[in-house]
Amino acid sequence: MNGAGKNEPDGTPTHDPGKAPTNDPSSASRRRRHVAFVALALGATVLPLAVLAMLLGGVTLDGLGRIGWDFLTSYPSRRAARAGILPGLVGSISLISLTAALAVPIGVGAAVYLEEYGKRTRIARIIELNIANLAGVPSVIYGLLGLGVFVRTLGMGRSLLAGACTLALLVLPIVIVASREALKNVPDSTREACLALGSTRWQAIRQVVLPMAFPEILTGVILAVSRAIGETAPLVVIGALAYVTFLPDGVLAPFTTLPIQIFDWVSRPQQSFAVNAAAGIVVLMGTLLALNGVAIGLRARLQRRKA
Amino acid sequence: MTMLVHEGQPTLLPRLSASRKRERVERTDGVAPKLRSRGLRAFFGKKEVLKGIDLPVAAREVTAVIGPSGCGKSTWIRCLNRMHELIADARLEGAVELDGRDVYARDVDPVLLRRRIGMVFQKPNPFPTMSIRDNVLAGLRLTGTLARVRPAEVVERALRQAALWDEVKDSLTQPGASLSGGQQQRLCIARTLAVDPEVILMDEPCSALDPIATARIEDLIHALSDRYTIVIVTHNMQQATRVSDSTAFFLMGELVEHAPTNQLFTSPKDRRTEEYITGRFG
Ligand SMILES: Nc1ncnc2c1ncn2[C@@H]1O[C@H](COP(=O)(O)OP(=O)(O)OP(=O)(O)O)[C@@H](O)[C@H]1O
Ligand SMILES: [Mg+2]
Repeated sequence: MNGAGKNEPDGTPTHDPGKAPTNDPSSASRRRRHVAFVALALGATVLPLAVLAMLLGGVTLDGLGRIGWDFLTSYPSRRAARAGILPGLVGSISLISLTAALAVPIGVGAAVYLEEYGKRTRIARIIELNIANLAGVPSVIYGLLGLGVFVRTLGMGRSLLAGACTLALLVLPIVIVASREALKNVPDSTREACLALGSTRWQAIRQVVLPMAFPEILTGVILAVSRAIGETAPLVVIGALAYVTFLPDGVLAPFTTLPIQIFDWVSRPQQSFAVNAAAGIVVLMGTLLALNGVAIGLRARLQRRKA
Repeated sequence: MTMLVHEGQPTLLPRLSASRKRERVERTDGVAPKLRSRGLRAFFGKKEVLKGIDLPVAAREVTAVIGPSGCGKSTWIRCLNRMHELIADARLEGAVELDGRDVYARDVDPVLLRRRIGMVFQKPNPFPTMSIRDNVLAGLRLTGTLARVRPAEVVERALRQAALWDEVKDSLTQPGASLSGGQQQRLCIARTLAVDPEVILMDEPCSALDPIATARIEDLIHALSDRYTIVIVTHNMQQATRVSDSTAFFLMGELVEHAPTNQLFTSPKDRRTEEYITGRFG
């Protein structure tokens, strides 16, 4: 199509095959098909969003009225009107912080090894394959693993720590994959610049490569945390409690989380508990949004500094 | 690899004191070259891209390397500061001597070597997350030697040497990436100078720049050659004639001819050199 618009030496315009001739009989149907496809794609985007909005809207309408300071600061109760979500809220936030504290250093460390040191080695390829597989394992299986390894073998009991270790394993593949992508996006010329200045590989990674990759790594961590905060199944398997009337006083204390609390309320027959569940969902969403907001804000600030 | 004996001498001290450095340079000036590649062969996998390069680099002179694309110029200068070996499946035979000692000897730490042989790349690559000031100090900070110097002095000296000080002295805290391409390249040169190397390797440092920025860098190279040994790869033969004292012509992994720049461009000995510089091939 490089002949577009070029004239013959004598000045007569050439026939330009690049511009689709409008009298082509197939072009009308092609355009119709194009319109149909766009409509389909639009529908596929809008429909789930609409369903989601309806669900969230419904839940918010049901639950919003129930949310108040009392609800956020009370312990569960047999009487729905007096029940609150405090242990679940504190449990979820502690669990997520602990999970991130475990998963981020390990995940980033693994990514640094795979991306910066282990490239092309046999062991790196084996690890990569396993990470890909791990990402596909159902979360209940992680629960069973956590029960066997952390709760029983390592004797952590049904504690916050056991839960965090289990969730850390669960989100590790996300953190590793995202961190590797982030490291890949740091150009090799940057590494070479460091080495040519007489730095070691590690000095270059720690002082230049990781800071450059950090905002993107944070994106992966946000994803991982969003996944972990909603997890219920593995925590139920390792024995998180549903009815907790105290706050965890350390990493070895028993705990509950928002999703477990919500699940408990949903499964009760009384309508008043269903309202509690709706309110709990709103709190869970709010917590998630707040956590993500903080991380996104942090990332934006770092990126602004970089630009 | 090398036939030279160096008993008892500590190899590649991280820094020599200024007086010793001057003394050594005087001793070797005009006698022994600062750098010398001996029978240097470089490979990528099975492909041999340098086929035995014997080439001295005179101290405190500018040596230009010219030749058609793919002839191995970049590979050769990357062998000089041991950057070649960083590429997976890259291999090398022969020797590179710095002040008469093989830099590929077993007891040489490539990290320390690279502090003595700095490098400026084709594409300006300042660190995007760092300010102008931090870019200049990056080498010292990276290597943990910042505590030994006065940062403000180092920054000013390096930027002055790189002819950038007047343009950026009021915006040292701005990001390095906010500069123009030519300024970025001078910033990269300042960054290299800040670690106080003895040799500076430049791989087509002006190919991404406009003629005015190029002229500034060429002036700079000229000025720097008073103190530093400089090797510059260039595609631009006018540039070679403008900045260099001697020129080496590479062709398909071999050194065809190395002569004082004037001589190489006015009366080349080899027919292939003549064909190349008159633009008949390449
Ligand atoms: N990373 C690499 N892996 C494999 N082969 C390479 C690699 N880098 C360079 N080569 C090959 O080595 C040969 C020499 O490359 P080199 O970059 O040294 O050429 P050059 O003279 O610098 O060319 P130019 O003027 O285009 O920069 C070329 O044939 C190139 O294809
Ligand atoms: Mg090159």
